[in-house]
Amino acid sequence: MGKNLYQKVFESHIVGKLPSGQYQLFIGTHLCHEVTSPQAFAMLREEGLKVKYPERTFATVDHIIPTTTDARVRPFKDPISEEMLEHLEKNTRDFGVRFFGPDAGEQGVIHIVGPEEGVTQPGMTVACGDSHTATHGAFGAVAFGIGTSQVADVLATQTLAMSPLKTRRINFTGKLQPGVTAKDVALAYIAKLGVNGGVGYAYEFAGPVIENLDMEGRMTVCNMAIEGGARVGYCNPDEKTFAFLRGKPFAPKEDKWDEAVAYWKSVASDPDATFDDEVEIDCNKLEPMVTWGITPAQAMQLNENMPKISEFTGSEQKVIREAYEYMGWEEGGKMLGTPIDIAFVGSCTNGRLPDLIAAAEIMKGHHVSPTVKMWVVPGSQKIKKEAEDLGLDKIFTDAGAEWRDAGCSLCLAMNPDKLQGRQVSASSSNRNFKGRQGSPTGRTILMSPIMVAAAAIEGKVTDVRKYIK
Amino acid sequence: MLTVIDTVKGSGIPLRGNDIDTDRIIPARFLKCVTFDGLGQNAFADDIAGLEAQGKVHPFRDPKYAKGTVLVSNRNFGCGSSREHAPQALKRWGVRAIIAESYSEIFFGNCVAIGVPCFRVSHEVADKILSWIEEHPSEEIVTSTQDRTLTMGGEVIPLELADGPRGQFLDGSWHARAVLMSHADDVEKLAGKLPYMKFLAR
Repeated sequence: MGKNLYQKVFESHIVGKLPSGQYQLFIGTHLCHEVTSPQAFAMLREEGLKVKYPERTFATVDHIIPTTTDARVRPFKDPISEEMLEHLEKNTRDFGVRFFGPDAGEQGVIHIVGPEEGVTQPGMTVACGDSHTATHGAFGAVAFGIGTSQVADVLATQTLAMSPLKTRRINFTGKLQPGVTAKDVALAYIAKLGVNGGVGYAYEFAGPVIENLDMEGRMTVCNMAIEGGARVGYCNPDEKTFAFLRGKPFAPKEDKWDEAVAYWKSVASDPDATFDDEVEIDCNKLEPMVTWGITPAQAMQLNENMPKISEFTGSEQKVIREAYEYMGWEEGGKMLGTPIDIAFVGSCTNGRLPDLIAAAEIMKGHHVSPTVKMWVVPGSQKIKKEAEDLGLDKIFTDAGAEWRDAGCSLCLAMNPDKLQGRQVSASSSNRNFKGRQGSPTGRTILMSPIMVAAAAIEGKVTDVRKYIK
Repeated sequence: MLTVIDTVKGSGIPLRGNDIDTDRIIPARFLKCVTFDGLGQNAFADDIAGLEAQGKVHPFRDPKYAKGTVLVSNRNFGCGSSREHAPQALKRWGVRAIIAESYSEIFFGNCVAIGVPCFRVSHEVADKILSWIEEHPSEEIVTSTQDRTLTMGGEVIPLELADGPRGQFLDGSWHARAVLMSHADDVEKLAGKLPYMKFLAR
């Protein structure tokens, strides 16, 4: 009987079975950022340990780094942010870990930097102290988020104590219509399966829609697996995967290339692979998606109506009521036409070059509404440079948007980029939780980067398809 | 490298009250930090300040208990968030064992992971231990993981600790990292077999 990619990669990385019943799993690539790694490095120092495979850990700074040029001058104005970066610099130096830093022009959001440097590869296990690590699954890696003690476990041993997950294949059939993007696909499966639907599962994203997405689109789909409760989400590697990796700084060199590709092909799910569960989502009629509530599963197609509280019962009803109380919308109404204050293009979900190109195409020849502030935050310094070479910065700034430096920025507002008061943000990020974007009462509407661009122009939630020629 | 956690000796720290949550143990503003090192001095920061304002002193600030290692409390100790910062703060303050009527499940698990045994006793026994410590603040008491007992003023009091965590403390496997490290040879063997370890660029 055939095996799926998750089963193959998990099995090939088992060091042994532990007395607890868990498996000791080898981690091929470990990624670090400044927020969840300092305590782990401190644990190593306390215990007098070294990093077992320093060449298999890579780090960058993303959560706390300011995104305006002035504010990036060291030392940072916020002393704790400065201290966090100083620790990361010292830890990576002391323990011999590769640091993709801002001075070298290699900094960015960790889930964007990993693939862009070629350290994320098919058939690997990838771990990072961050729940959006599933992003790397787009390459056919088994990638998942871990806690701080586990970060220390990986540093010291290059392994983790893990139990295998069940697998669910989600087949996305049909073809995406113009104006419908990978982000809409992601919001669609989360809305269908719920925020807890993936607990205990690894998701395989498959079918013609996934095959037709570029690598960046696949990363968007995998990135949001955790928002549906799945710790792991992946796509099978194919020619697009290999083409993306070829020539990347840490990708296999030409003399090893064929050997690498042969291995990568071997880890893809077998044609007769079985799954614990299978789901099909028809994308032929999928429209641009928007969230209306306070979880990513509270999403709907643009032209649908928000649910009525009376359609739900019990604890479900409580959740819906809480969402309306927080967001302040009329139940049963439309999101179309909802005024926005901030438009944010960026994050590990949608801060890649094709996202910026697509948003710029919408903005071209238009102006940001006078009632809106638009921030465009490239996911990495390399993406920023590539975008500037294409003149995208000029398109955005001519339209009245702010062109920023790389970082997590408004996605979680651990740096100076924050909503104020009850502001409404049209955001290409991944979480619309209460208070997520830096104001305890701020409101977030998740959507694709092109939908954000259209909302920025009109100052309200609108249908991007009218801007597509 | 496996560390067995059996006897804990030292004076007691009486912390009366039910539902003492992780936010009280370490307030949220201390979470933006780079190591757990400084957490000890901020343990119960808000409770300490609150009592000071009333002219009272919290056990974690009372010189009588400054050398305490065995924390004693009442019901549902450590409820609230899953933050590892809470048991870390207690451990770094000096706590090496806890005796209480009950614990939140996550807090209990986090304590196992950092090697702090959490024993259970009935309400009556908790009250008796608390009173005894208040009367004998600097006297040594001893907990035993092996025997599941507290020795206090010549009296031996039975404590509850489930077989699973007791076994982990006694064979050292509470420290996942130590168990993982003990298989370093197997890790290298597996790494040698993984195709990609050969073609990774440096």
